[in-house]
Amino acid sequence: MVEVAFFAGAIGALGGAIAVIALNNPFYSVLALIVHLISLAGLFLLLHAEFIAAAQIVVYAGAVMVLYLFVAAYVGGTEEPIAQAIPGQRFVAPLLAAALFVEVSIAVVGTSLASIQTEGPVIEAGFGSPGSIGRLLLERFLVAFEAASMLLLIAAVGAIVLAGRKGTGTSASGPGVPDVDRGEIV
Amino acid sequence: MDVSWYLVLSALLFATGACGVLIRRSPLVILLCLELMLNAGNLALVAFSRSNGNEEGQVFALVVMVVAACEVVVGLGLIVAMFRRRIALDVDEIRELRG
Repeated sequence: MVEVAFFAGAIGALGGAIAVIALNNPFYSVLALIVHLISLAGLFLLLHAEFIAAAQIVVYAGAVMVLYLFVAAYVGGTEEPIAQAIPGQRFVAPLLAAALFVEVSIAVVGTSLASIQTEGPVIEAGFGSPGSIGRLLLERFLVAFEAASMLLLIAAVGAIVLAGRKGTGTSASGPGVPDVDRGEIV
Repeated sequence: MDVSWYLVLSALLFATGACGVLIRRSPLVILLCLELMLNAGNLALVAFSRSNGNEEGQVFALVVMVVAACEVVVGLGLIVAMFRRRIALDVDEIRELRG
């Protein structure tokens, strides 16, 4: 039963990942990434990480992907040019990726860690629940938690500065650039 | 299921994401491929957390999610700014900062 669930999740995650890099339209790539993220949340559930799985679906597949979808729709379906900037890029890149996969796999499988050949130790009932993760976050990793919230704040302010409209303070357009605000046209 | 299965799957997803970064030229899709690689790292972290029987790896995965969200926000802000200034959305065209 666990094997069936694992392979279903693995096929979903891998198929979504391949669809992300293979589909030509960025909008469809974003949709494929949502499939990938939901399959990955299923795999997290198999690993007894309930809170991470829930956060993955709510935060990632929900909020972040909606942001992507809005930007993909705003920018429009920009088809990539067929011509390759570097000769042979389409053929060399998969070879390099395959080499990376073989290298990482050898590093993982060939390690002398005995515990990865097992299912892991027996765990108590509350493993990975929101309560235990929250206690860990607010006690042992409090500094990392606060630093993460600070980072989110800075990123939000940075995004407003970067993408802010002209006239509302700091604009992205500098001197010497034709001042064309696409927002009026769209 | 052995934890090594999850680790090999994570390596496969990471290689797929790296392949996407190398092949694609639209910055939006490159950001998506970075998400793939970060999620592969998350899967490995959660798998190691299961294999060690403690939850610290899951906290790491949460922090990785936060960092990924920040990266998305800044990256999408850059893409919108590029679109507003009518710069072609092609990473090969953006070479002014090259030394």
